[in-house]
Amino acid sequence: MSAPILSIRGVSRRFTSAHGDTLALEATDLDVAENDFITILGPSGCGKSTLLRIVAGLDRPSAGEVQLDGRRIEEPGADRGMVFQSYTLFPWLTVRDNVCFGLRERGLARAEQLDVAQAFIGKVGLTGFEQHYPKQLSGGMQQRTALARALANQPRMLLMDEPFGALDHQTRELMQELLLGIWEAERKTVLFVTHDIDEAVFMANRVVVMSARPGRIKLDRPVPLGYPRHYSVKTSPPFAALKAELMEQVRAEVLAAQQAVVA
Amino acid sequence: MVSHAGPRPSPLPKAERADFTLAPVGRGQGRDGDFEPHAASPSSGSGLQAGARTAGEGSSAARRRLQMKPLEPVAPHRRIALGVAFFVLFVLVWAAVTFGGFVSKTFLADPLTMLRSGWTLLAEMNFAYDIGMTVWRVLGGFVIAAALALPLGVAMGAYKPIEAFFEPFVSFARYLPASAFIPLLILWAGIGETQKLAVIFIGAFFNLVLMIAVAVGNTRRDLVEAAYTLGCDHRGVVRRVLIPGAAPEIAEILRMVLGWAWTYVIVAELIGASSGIGHMITDSQALLATDQIIFGIIVIGLIGLASDLLFKLGNRRLFPWAQIGR
Repeated sequence: MSAPILSIRGVSRRFTSAHGDTLALEATDLDVAENDFITILGPSGCGKSTLLRIVAGLDRPSAGEVQLDGRRIEEPGADRGMVFQSYTLFPWLTVRDNVCFGLRERGLARAEQLDVAQAFIGKVGLTGFEQHYPKQLSGGMQQRTALARALANQPRMLLMDEPFGALDHQTRELMQELLLGIWEAERKTVLFVTHDIDEAVFMANRVVVMSARPGRIKLDRPVPLGYPRHYSVKTSPPFAALKAELMEQVRAEVLAAQQAVVA
Repeated sequence: MVSHAGPRPSPLPKAERADFTLAPVGRGQGRDGDFEPHAASPSSGSGLQAGARTAGEGSSAARRRLQMKPLEPVAPHRRIALGVAFFVLFVLVWAAVTFGGFVSKTFLADPLTMLRSGWTLLAEMNFAYDIGMTVWRVLGGFVIAAALALPLGVAMGAYKPIEAFFEPFVSFARYLPASAFIPLLILWAGIGETQKLAVIFIGAFFNLVLMIAVAVGNTRRDLVEAAYTLGCDHRGVVRRVLIPGAAPEIAEILRMVLGWAWTYVIVAELIGASSGIGHMITDSQALLATDQIIFGIIVIGLIGLASDLLFKLGNRRLFPWAQIGR
């Protein structure tokens, strides 16, 4: 494995409220290497999104630190593109201008912006929809635009927080293939949070399972499948074997989380 | 020096308005809110009579009425027909009451007399100049208020310490009735144009600031976060997310408050003015010329309606994205 581009060191997060403290994330270590596609899998409320938001710089760790290329992350930046679960396209901008958003912020000439945007709009299969407003698009198309918007910025890493969670099953599978295809072509480094085991195994070269709250990394497994990956691998024996193992692990955590609520 | 001659500027509409300014400016809500303060008493009166008439007309209308479904949209042509129908009904009731001799001419002129004296006003008494003065005052005061309220409102909506600093005072100041300032303003600024502009400014500014601050502050957090991950700095977020995101709502707020500015200007003109629609109304009061008073009121209503339509049209042109899926 090459030297990590992202290293998470002893990162924990404690939320303080009127009802007392909640430890959302226990001291966590994780290294992400160049070109890694890592999925973080866990029950809801396990702190996986918190971890991703800390990497994005949208949340601060209570302890520990995150380094990207050896530099400590203090705040959000264009080097970590993010795709959210909620639809976060700017409703007043067309698809094209949404994709241009970060490029314009960097001060690129308009013609250059349009060239880059057009290329990425093509890659996510939205050619012909450049002048549409987000409200005129389906959920899947909005998330494709969000992906193009994040990629157009040429980030060092792509952070994805259950980006396909709100989509229907079929759209979600197509989106996974699309993302996988783009990743194979662009060789981005991706950190992808999900609670869908199929999704986690299908795309990742490493799957990280997190425990129920307080979250910590419980399991870190390489995926024994090569790239390029065809969707038919979902029915292959190695896929099924890993899926079975992960299912047991996640299930145990979900049960633990439920017992914690009851107790 | 200042006697409360003539109809007192009614504090009631102000109170009603104050309630819904706190609520987010919903589309339907803004529309209702505009009309209610102006037309509350006459429309409710004739509305009762209208109800009585349709009930008498037979069961088909009643059945159709029963078939109305909640929130079901109306076809555009039917919507216009219904809207016009009420105007017609309103005038019919007015005509019936006046021509039928139910109300003395001293108290309420009939529609024809009103139109005739309206023509006289325009043709012989240079009423167009008064209208022009009033429009100028409204626009002048409103533009000054908006020009100052926009930056302050945006700053308050975006930066919470600024909001904490100004918000309590502005909340207090917006409940001060603009009309109550008129005696003071006359003392300070005389009875010239400055005083008229000042009344409108006071009436519009504080409400604008608060409502704009709320609109900007309601920006979706996830959009702000997305902008940060795309490389925006703090000022970029204000410039490229908060302002464009709130712009259609701000335009709606401007449209609504412009409507209120119309009531303030008339009040300002009722006291100590030598021109303007309000001044004509006070003059007519001395002569018991209810026809002229009504004509003046209707002119105000028509200008209000026209400016409202223009504003709506402009908003639709400027913010096509805000119209989608509505």
